[in-house]
Amino acid sequence: MLIDWFTVVAQVVNFLILVWLLKRFLYKPILDAIDAREKRIAKELADAAAKMSDAEKMHDEFQRKNAEFEQQREALLSKATEEAQTERQRLLDEARQTADTLLTKRQQAMRNDAQNLHQELGRVTQREVFAIARKALADLTDASLEQRMVEAFMHRLREMDEQSNADMAHALQTATEPALVRSAFDLTELQRAVIQKALSETFSADISIRFEAAPNLISGIELIANGQKLAWSVADYLASLESAVNDLLKVKN
Amino acid sequence: MHLSPDEIIFWQYGFFKLNATIVYTWGLMGVLVAGSILVTRKLSMGLQRTRWQNLLEIVVGGIAKQIEEVGLRQPRHYLGFIGTLFLFVASAALFTIVPGYEPPTGSLSTTAALAICVFVAVPLFGISENGPAEYFREYLQPTFIMLPFNIISELSRTLALAVRLFGNMMSGTMILAILLTITPYIFPIALSVLGLLTGMVQAYIFSILATVYIAAAAHAREPKIEPDTTIKHEPR
Repeated sequence: MLIDWFTVVAQVVNFLILVWLLKRFLYKPILDAIDAREKRIAKELADAAAKMSDAEKMHDEFQRKNAEFEQQREALLSKATEEAQTERQRLLDEARQTADTLLTKRQQAMRNDAQNLHQELGRVTQREVFAIARKALADLTDASLEQRMVEAFMHRLREMDEQSNADMAHALQTATEPALVRSAFDLTELQRAVIQKALSETFSADISIRFEAAPNLISGIELIANGQKLAWSVADYLASLESAVNDLLKVKN
Repeated sequence: MHLSPDEIIFWQYGFFKLNATIVYTWGLMGVLVAGSILVTRKLSMGLQRTRWQNLLEIVVGGIAKQIEEVGLRQPRHYLGFIGTLFLFVASAALFTIVPGYEPPTGSLSTTAALAICVFVAVPLFGISENGPAEYFREYLQPTFIMLPFNIISELSRTLALAVRLFGNMMSGTMILAILLTITPYIFPIALSVLGLLTGMVQAYIFSILATVYIAAAAHAREPKIEPDTTIKHEPR
């Protein structure tokens, strides 16, 4: 008989015991370990995914910030460039303006200098000319010249126009002080009498006269009465000449 | 020349006896349990693990995957029974490389015991899955006339399980013993290698057939179609 029933029963028991033992010592711990590992791997994968998504988020954020920063930098740079350009333009303009001003000033100064020089030159020339003229006339002045001057004065007196004549007459009549006759030299008695006579004739009135010598007239004679003046003198000519020369100089400048 | 390790009796007291089958079975049980304890004593839950733990994880994971592929949706529920069947038969075959060892599966008593376990386990799992009424109604399908045939089929496949495993295991050791007397040198080694392969295949077939029977009982409502993968291995 190939089947031994005691052995069969014993083997069934043995097998059931083996099932229990292996369940207890093999399957359960191994499956637990696998489960734990799988759970851990799943967790780690989830963590990794979370980290990845975080990293992606951060990356996006970083990129966005970077772009923003780049944009800002660009804007700032362009603004700075623009400002620098503007500043440069302003400085250039200012410098140009300053240069222009300086140039104008210098030109003005040079023109002024030239004008001053010119004027000075004119003045000096004028003074010299007049000085020479004065000196020459003064040197030439003597009795006969004085006589001629008196005659010239007399002539002017007589040739006065109506208006001047009336004005002078009025002035002589209303004057509180005696009329003043100034001459470059002391008039002789005869000359004084002639002038007195001529005045009396001309204005048909008795006129009191005070004579006075005034060397700065250079050579000449003048009548001053209450603001009115009748004169013939070289100084007058010279003065008119001087004013004419000055006018000329002014026009030239 | 023993036909079965049952015949090697170490100790006997009336009905009780201690034959080689039982002793080697104990030895196998000791090795399996001791190995399991040694490896699982310091299991690593992390990514780093020992080679032995890796081996056991592959074995256990592989068995669970096979059970799932056959069609049982909760392999862990059946892993204890089917996994132990496979491990016991496989290790019994594997230890034939040890001189003087007689595989306990080479005894018809052992294979009958295993077949009886399957024979009992199938309705138990079927009832626990579907309830007794639903399970026993299966025997009346398609008509009540089929009831005796269904019962005969149940019994005969249990017998087939036992005899198939016994024949294969016994023949392996028998052929080896005979060949050792005839051509004592190289040929037995080749046959021994072949025997190892046969043992592994038998372990696979035995456990996968048990799984198929259990799956068929557990899915009583569904049509009884055995997966193709199992049909290929059945005749042996």
